[in-house]
Amino acid sequence: MIRMNNKEQRVAAIALLLFGAAASIPLLDEGYYLSLSVNIAMYAVLCTAWTLFSGPTHYISLATAAFFGIGTYSVGLGIDTLPFPLLLLIAALASGILAGLVGIATLRLSGVYFVIFTLGLAELVRQVVTWLQVKFLGAVGLYVFTDLAEKHIFWMLLALAAVVFITGWLVNRSRLGFAMRIIGNDETVARHVGIDVARAKVILFVISGAFIGITGAILAPRFAYVEPPSAFNPVISFQVVIMALLGGTGRLWAPLLGVIPFTILFDRISASFPNHTSLLIGVTFMAIVYFLPRGVMGLFEDIRARKDKTRPVAAGVAEAAE
Amino acid sequence: MSSANLLSVEAARKAFGGLVAVNDVDFTVKQSELIGLIGPNGSGKTTMMNLISGALQLTSGAIRLDGEVISGMPAHQIARRGVARTFQLVRILPSLSAVENVIAGAVFGHVRAWGDDAYREAEILLDRVGLGGRGNAPTGSMTYIDQKRLELARALASNPRLLLLDEWLAGLNPSELRIGIELIRDLREDGRTIIMVEHVMDAIRSLCDRCVVMSSGVKIADGSVHDVLSQPEVVTAYLGAEDA
Repeated sequence: MIRMNNKEQRVAAIALLLFGAAASIPLLDEGYYLSLSVNIAMYAVLCTAWTLFSGPTHYISLATAAFFGIGTYSVGLGIDTLPFPLLLLIAALASGILAGLVGIATLRLSGVYFVIFTLGLAELVRQVVTWLQVKFLGAVGLYVFTDLAEKHIFWMLLALAAVVFITGWLVNRSRLGFAMRIIGNDETVARHVGIDVARAKVILFVISGAFIGITGAILAPRFAYVEPPSAFNPVISFQVVIMALLGGTGRLWAPLLGVIPFTILFDRISASFPNHTSLLIGVTFMAIVYFLPRGVMGLFEDIRARKDKTRPVAAGVAEAAE
Repeated sequence: MSSANLLSVEAARKAFGGLVAVNDVDFTVKQSELIGLIGPNGSGKTTMMNLISGALQLTSGAIRLDGEVISGMPAHQIARRGVARTFQLVRILPSLSAVENVIAGAVFGHVRAWGDDAYREAEILLDRVGLGGRGNAPTGSMTYIDQKRLELARALASNPRLLLLDEWLAGLNPSELRIGIELIRDLREDGRTIIMVEHVMDAIRSLCDRCVVMSSGVKIADGSVHDVLSQPEVVTAYLGAEDA
């Protein structure tokens, strides 16, 4: 349970190779493909961080835009006075603290109420930031000028993705991760074996929110001009939920199965049909939900289950229960 | 009050709106005692268990564990002080393997084991409840009695000071029942303090040191099993509700 077994070593080796391959993308192309890769890396981090919390708890959070925007604004406000790495740290702290406050206030809410609250939160933060800017800075936007090029942003996102994955892996094998699996199965049992359910959820929400905040901070130089509608864009919240659910939330890497194909697909749609993007993305989304109700991960599991039918049933179930 | 009381329930009251499910009930449980909490359906036994484990909060009164007031604490705090339970409707963790189900009881509560130690202990407990060698079995497809065994092993994994068994023997067939009774007798011989809510009278007679009888939320009798079962109030309560 504590050491890396053979399977985990194999997975780690493959992950290293993939990261290496991904890291060399900017050496091959600095145009369209790099830009697409930045989008994929961004959603990979956002969806994986989102799933850290929402996967085991089944709470759908639409607060991604709030944490992301706070990260972006941390950079926007401090870029002229503070070094960039310090701003990333501030972004993590600010969005982590917000997640903690929201968590304490709302995790007792269940289901739909939590979803609505997080959606409202993102909007509230956006309005407050707009008001503060107009009142104290006298302008709606902020300029972020740095020496960071697209490839630097990509490498930072890739490094952050690695950190998110390692964090997720460490959480999964810790007491906290075990507690979350129990909570996901049965909260009543969780409480009666001594788990402080609310505390466990808040901790994970903070971790998840902090990573989303850092992502927003890394992306700030790409915006160049930061204003509330782009930093706190609610579309980000929805895209993250959609992609993560399309991939699957049962495993750490499952959201990637949604992120990679759908970022590419959405990019193709918006490039080919610029006037009908929203419409086509909506239709695509409905079609995917209809044909893949359990996400890409579910599709894989169905195929595997069909293959296993000839084998004793217990083997397949044991794997699923792992 | 004797200092050997592990648990004391003092004027415990639980009202759901106008319905008083537990009406100013007093009783105590001594260290290493096995007491039966019995009564007709709807008499408030399970509510009483839920009050002790913290699943429900008292309306008034107090519950003490070894002198410390535990009523008012959230369930996880009470669990950490050494109260473990099984549920009337068995609650296993379906996506976890059998051994993980047991480890779940040992990690966060009264005992805080982790890693290889927790794993070894869990294997021993599985063996003890009769699930030896089935640690990796999927739990969703287990038979009812095996799920009940698993739930008991999970409760024992925390090495509880007080074990609450809520109709743990219900729904077992006669041969399973014998095995179940033996298992509980074994626990009593270890000196474990147990409160069992039970309808199976054979089990009550053969296992319990003492019985508390509830009817319509009120305690109507408290004493040795033989004495209690021959009291007229108890006979009326039972035969009135469950004569068949």
